[in-house]
Amino acid sequence: MVYGAVPDRGGEPILPKWWRTVDKWSMVCVLLLFAIGLLLGLASSPPLAARNDFAPFHYVQRQAAFGGMAIVAMLLTSMMSPIMVRRLAILGFLGAFVALAMLPFLGTDFGKGAVRWYSLGFASFQPSEFLKPGFMVVAAWLLAASQEINGPPGKTWSFALCVAIVLMLAFQPDFGQASLVLFGWGVMYFVAGAPMLLLVLMAGLVVLGGTFAYSTSEHFARRIDGFLTPDVDPTTQLGYATDAIMGGGLFGVGVGEGQVKWSLPDAHTDFIVAVAAEEYGLVLVLVIIALYASVTVRSLLRLMRERDPFIRLAGTGLACTFGVQAMINMGVAVRLLPAKGMTLPFVSYGGSSLIAGGIAVGMLLAFTRSRPQGEIADLLRGRNR
Amino acid sequence: MIRTPLRPLARILPARERGENTEEIERENLRRRHAEMQDRARSRAEGRLLVLGAFFTVAFAVVGVRMGMLATTVPVEPMASAGGSVIAAQRADITDRDGRILATNFETNSLYAQPPMLVDPVESAKSLVKIFPDLNEERLIRDFTGKRKFVWIKKRISPEQKQAVHDIGDPGLLFGGREMRLYPNGKLAAHVLGGARFGEEDVNAAQLIGVAGVEKQFDGYLADPANAGKPLTLALDLSVQAAAERVLYGGMRLMNAKGATSILMDVHTGEIISMVSLPDFDPNDRPAPPTSGFDPSVSPLFNRAVQGVYELGSTFKIFAVAQAMDLGLVSPETVIDIRGPLRWGKFRISDFHYYGKEMTVTRIIEKSSNIGTARIAQMIGAERQRDFLGALGFLEPTPVEVGEANSGKPLMPKNWSELSAMTISYGHGLSASPLHLAAAYAAIANGGHYVSPTLLKQSGPQYGPRVMSAKAAANSQMMLRGVVTDGSASMGEVPGYQVAGKTGTADKPKPQGGYYEDKVIATFASMFPASDPKYVLVVTLDEPVETSGTEARRTAGWTAVPVAAEMIGRIAPLLGLRPVIEPARLAEVRLTSN
Repeated sequence: MVYGAVPDRGGEPILPKWWRTVDKWSMVCVLLLFAIGLLLGLASSPPLAARNDFAPFHYVQRQAAFGGMAIVAMLLTSMMSPIMVRRLAILGFLGAFVALAMLPFLGTDFGKGAVRWYSLGFASFQPSEFLKPGFMVVAAWLLAASQEINGPPGKTWSFALCVAIVLMLAFQPDFGQASLVLFGWGVMYFVAGAPMLLLVLMAGLVVLGGTFAYSTSEHFARRIDGFLTPDVDPTTQLGYATDAIMGGGLFGVGVGEGQVKWSLPDAHTDFIVAVAAEEYGLVLVLVIIALYASVTVRSLLRLMRERDPFIRLAGTGLACTFGVQAMINMGVAVRLLPAKGMTLPFVSYGGSSLIAGGIAVGMLLAFTRSRPQGEIADLLRGRNR
Repeated sequence: MIRTPLRPLARILPARERGENTEEIERENLRRRHAEMQDRARSRAEGRLLVLGAFFTVAFAVVGVRMGMLATTVPVEPMASAGGSVIAAQRADITDRDGRILATNFETNSLYAQPPMLVDPVESAKSLVKIFPDLNEERLIRDFTGKRKFVWIKKRISPEQKQAVHDIGDPGLLFGGREMRLYPNGKLAAHVLGGARFGEEDVNAAQLIGVAGVEKQFDGYLADPANAGKPLTLALDLSVQAAAERVLYGGMRLMNAKGATSILMDVHTGEIISMVSLPDFDPNDRPAPPTSGFDPSVSPLFNRAVQGVYELGSTFKIFAVAQAMDLGLVSPETVIDIRGPLRWGKFRISDFHYYGKEMTVTRIIEKSSNIGTARIAQMIGAERQRDFLGALGFLEPTPVEVGEANSGKPLMPKNWSELSAMTISYGHGLSASPLHLAAAYAAIANGGHYVSPTLLKQSGPQYGPRVMSAKAAANSQMMLRGVVTDGSASMGEVPGYQVAGKTGTADKPKPQGGYYEDKVIATFASMFPASDPKYVLVVTLDEPVETSGTEARRTAGWTAVPVAAEMIGRIAPLLGLRPVIEPARLAEVRLTSN
């Protein structure tokens, strides 16, 4: 060591660097969503607790505990470097994939007609929730690698992986997650430069697949039929949800005054937005929509600047699945989309979904952190940007 | 487009000639190509990411706008969507000839539950049982808490019950409209009206179907929505019907009869002004029809006037006499040999009393001689008698407009022999309904035209086919008047109304053959006023016994006739008939001055 030399610190300290580069607006939005989730849990979960003979706020406490873990997971993940994220995500993906494959033998359906969970006693674990962000990263890695000169045929491999996962999910059956995985891969492939002809073909395939699912799965057909009938049957979940939104009006019927949570079995998960609309009115719903929209759109806009194809693709997949899941959930409640059981990320109750959501958003934040993007080179090449 | 070579051979070849290492140039070239490719990919991805961003912005905006539209619409009461055709529940009213309501509709409610919407199923079930004690609480709780989506609780509830159920306050208890048929006069004209029941039912309405009487006969008209507000006008007169029912009921009780019927008919139009059958029922609460194996004529639902076919006895004698006069075989003054008993094969025909060796035709009717009538029937012959009775309507069911008319089919001998002709002439061997008798008497009363009895109000007289000459009809009327003034129906005289008529006391046939000694059908068929008959009244009592004297009297002169006389005295003023002031008999004028 040379005398008087300053010891090499290996670059900037982690926390200041994280704080300087992370997308603070998106992070605040996610934290707000989590807070709203807790607030709505206070409203929506006491009926469920009453049905299951728990203390009124049993589920709120659990939500808070899982939410804390989810936030920690999100922050930790967002501090990692993209390479680190990729390595861990691939390991996580492998684990989740195996867990998913073992579901038919070790899983449980909790009497809901679909084997999606592992029962751990104190909590349940849904591998597909963790598989989703892991798959986005793996697929982005493969797609990016295929763009390298002399790279592997990553497009084919990632597509094969995607099809395998979709088939496994459809077999549960869990068409919601399956379509999300398919959608995520499609979006990444689109951004990675899919030829236009293929995109049109893909759209056709999706329509065909939907038709096939409609004609073979009764579970699926009933929901589509319910959507296509012009009149809302007031005794269905959708009827109650529509009623609740109408009843709430602009400013809601008042905290704790809502009725829909007593009638809807899924008030705390799939139809939590109906509870929000009834008790807090249109105002809160618009806030929720704005939060999801800003996370999604901000992330996409930040990724536009990204030079690294892997980061760009992985970020796109994660942001789009996050946004589309929220959109579908709320679209169902307002009858823009057919009924499909899909949770509202961070707001709906559910341990697996919360933690997996935290990890996914953490990865997204890690990918959208500001990085040098070769601006000097751009300037030198005459691109003034 | 200028192709850029993959390898920078322009630089590599000179370097190779100079003996330099070309690896660095190759790497440098590869790095440049890579950077260029990444730039191309990024610029393409930039556009596509922008598209995605726009898509999400628009999609979230659409969700938000839709949410806003929903939130600003005023919530409406959720309505069960009514599938299928709406049941027409606008049954037309039925009125009497003056427009007084006989049958109308009344809004009530049905009560049902949709268990998934019940807030507190168990408590609601308990409250319901308090309101409707006939409900089974355990079953109700089972229905409410089970998987059922829809439970009927009550088909018809009163407004008070509806309010009580409403006060339970459970949104899962729902009411549907139920228009019920209401007969505001209760039992009055029950057999004419018949009754209605619910047909096809749905949650909001139920179809009403006529089950008997005019309700059944005119079901098509009444149920047609085009006829709502256009009531069916019957020939009945509500006041006359009420008076007739009261009198007949009293008479039936006084005479210890088990049943009774009366028919009042306008002889010119054929309109049935009143038709009573006792015992009767309340069409608002129609009793269940009798089960099979049980004599249907015992049921209060049985319409004796139309469905009951009886041997009507001596009331038939006037037909034989009228026909004989019409054919010119006899005149009222013709003397007939009535020595008895009259033997025919192994049968004997005898009279109730001994009336002497011979009598005029007028006296035969007044005294009701079986032998005399049988002799006249022999003169006419079986064939002509049958045709004549056929013309009077005795061989077919009456054409009256009630659903049961077809079951009142007359019973007649298959082989209409001379013996049959003789017995039928005095009312045995042919069974017909009292309505048949009324229609036939109307033909005599109106001067010889057949009129078909009708329950619908007519605008003018009917001129049916002529069945006898006006002279024969007029002579028959005179003879019938004589029955009341000088014969077996002397109790039928109603001062001022000139009642004419014929009694008939027929032994009831035993089901196993032969006749009862002490069970009779007593009938009085009458017309009034005799000088210009306007109405025919037939009163029939089933098994009457008049016990005020020392021995039980069953003949029509002692039973049916006083009831008919009382009835005529009551209803003639209601019909607008004025009593005729008859000059006192000259024989009773006493000169007191000397």
